[in-house]
Amino acid sequence: MDWYPLYNSLRIAFFSCIIVFFTGIFAAYYVARLPRAIKGILDVIFTLPMVLPPTVCGYFLLILLGPKRPLGIFLAQFGIQFAMTWYGGIVASAVVAFPLMYRTARGAFESFDVNLAYSGQTLGLSNTYIFWRIRMPACRQGILAGTVLAFARALGEYGATSMLIGYVPGRTATISTTVYQLWRTNEETEAFKWVLINLVISTIILLTVNMLERKNRKAGGL
Amino acid sequence: MSLSVHIRKKLGEFQLQIDFEHPQGIIGLLGASGCGKSMTLKCIAGIVKPDEGRIMLNGRVLFDSDKGINIKPQERHVGYLFQNYALFPNMTVEQNILCGLCKEKNRQLKKQKMEDALGVMELTGQRKLYPHQLSGGQQQRTALARMLVSEPELLLLDEPFSALDSYLREVLQTQVRAILGKYGKDVLMVSHSRDEVYYICGQVAVMNRGKILNIGKTKELFADPGSRTAAVLTGCKNVADAEKTGEYEVFVPDWGISLKTKERVKDNLCAVGLRAHYFNPKTKDNQFPVIYSDERDDPFETRLLFRYTSQREGTPDIWWRLPKDRRPADMPEQLGIAPSNVLLLYPE
Repeated sequence: MDWYPLYNSLRIAFFSCIIVFFTGIFAAYYVARLPRAIKGILDVIFTLPMVLPPTVCGYFLLILLGPKRPLGIFLAQFGIQFAMTWYGGIVASAVVAFPLMYRTARGAFESFDVNLAYSGQTLGLSNTYIFWRIRMPACRQGILAGTVLAFARALGEYGATSMLIGYVPGRTATISTTVYQLWRTNEETEAFKWVLINLVISTIILLTVNMLERKNRKAGGL
Repeated sequence: MSLSVHIRKKLGEFQLQIDFEHPQGIIGLLGASGCGKSMTLKCIAGIVKPDEGRIMLNGRVLFDSDKGINIKPQERHVGYLFQNYALFPNMTVEQNILCGLCKEKNRQLKKQKMEDALGVMELTGQRKLYPHQLSGGQQQRTALARMLVSEPELLLLDEPFSALDSYLREVLQTQVRAILGKYGKDVLMVSHSRDEVYYICGQVAVMNRGKILNIGKTKELFADPGSRTAAVLTGCKNVADAEKTGEYEVFVPDWGISLKTKERVKDNLCAVGLRAHYFNPKTKDNQFPVIYSDERDDPFETRLLFRYTSQREGTPDIWWRLPKDRRPADMPEQLGIAPSNVLLLYPE
């Protein structure tokens, strides 16, 4: 059996999850402090990929990054091409998973007791310290939930991924595109194997989250 | 040692307009909720930026809108004790206190100071516990320790006892008073509880709708609140409009009585206050016939509601409070009040 789709899916999900972790958190942190009007507009833009069909996201990505588009031509000069490459999958998954991280992180930041930050300031703690050592840990459950959701979403991404990077066995194939391809070509048993693998991964993710939450509660925290 | 605050801040309809000087010691800001007390503290701490004005602490400028100075809260050397203590939930008592020592670079000294604080605050046994595992009192002591180890020049206490039940509150008031006395820091304490302010603060400033009405020694201000708001905030239950009718006499239209006073009445008198504890059937002065309307029985006190026979319809009943054992079996038909206990109140 060719394990490439598993390897490819995991690395795409892993890298897009890292990107989304930082961009989602910082977007959430800064949007929460903006004036209302700008906040509303940015909020819509940042959440749109969650509501749009993934194929529509893929369409926009192709328009933006396609090999014959200005940005695509520009990037090609540096040898970077997102269409039909495995790392294009990172971009596609990240775009689709971003709103999940952004929204959960924003919810967590909004319920954060600002007095904790203020008292940190009066004690002389730097704003960076307060952000990483007080605000983030206090919001960790929301952020953790967002990260896992984003990872799971990136792992299962199909629509935008298939639009942008297609299905090339051994090059761009992911679990979800492989399942579709195998089903389409009547290889039901093979497809079923990948479905099982997917179920196992999802179960492990959910169990890990539950364990982390329990550990957090035991360690004190909130 | 001195604090000087002259600030303006507009928040929608609300206008904060604070001017006061505080030479030293413990001063209480007494006011109803929403009068701008906490906002004043936040401006002094640097958490909220006033629109204009100047804040000086011990000769240092903390804020000056004319010169464009706005020192960061980290550099103001002002400690802030929040109503909910704002302990960091992800840190133990030790780690919380170490946050207050973040400017101390000498490791040994840092450890020493933390141990001292744990000892003084009787938290040695709780050092490894998280805030949610502590009792209300221990939480408060941790917050105090964390604030005090950072060696602030001024302490700001925001309703420090309001999160506690009434028994614990009294215990902790005693403790905090002792701690503040020991450290000898200048303190600005916000409260809506007159008992708390009376017990802890040597000075008091009465606030109403974003302004400071009166400021003075606590005992003097309680004895002579001077304004209607101050009278109510210092616990005076019976206040009514009044007019001057003589050098030592005022007429109260709502109650239909003329009261003799000990102080000379100024021309701009607008109201009088009678404290609920000061009525006495044996006092010959200011004695008028009364009708009792209700009685409320508290554990150690009786509260009687009465009306003067000459009192206008629709005006609130008058409160008389007395210790339970002094409640007469037969209710006296006339009640008096000493002229020295008639509070003269002037426009704000």
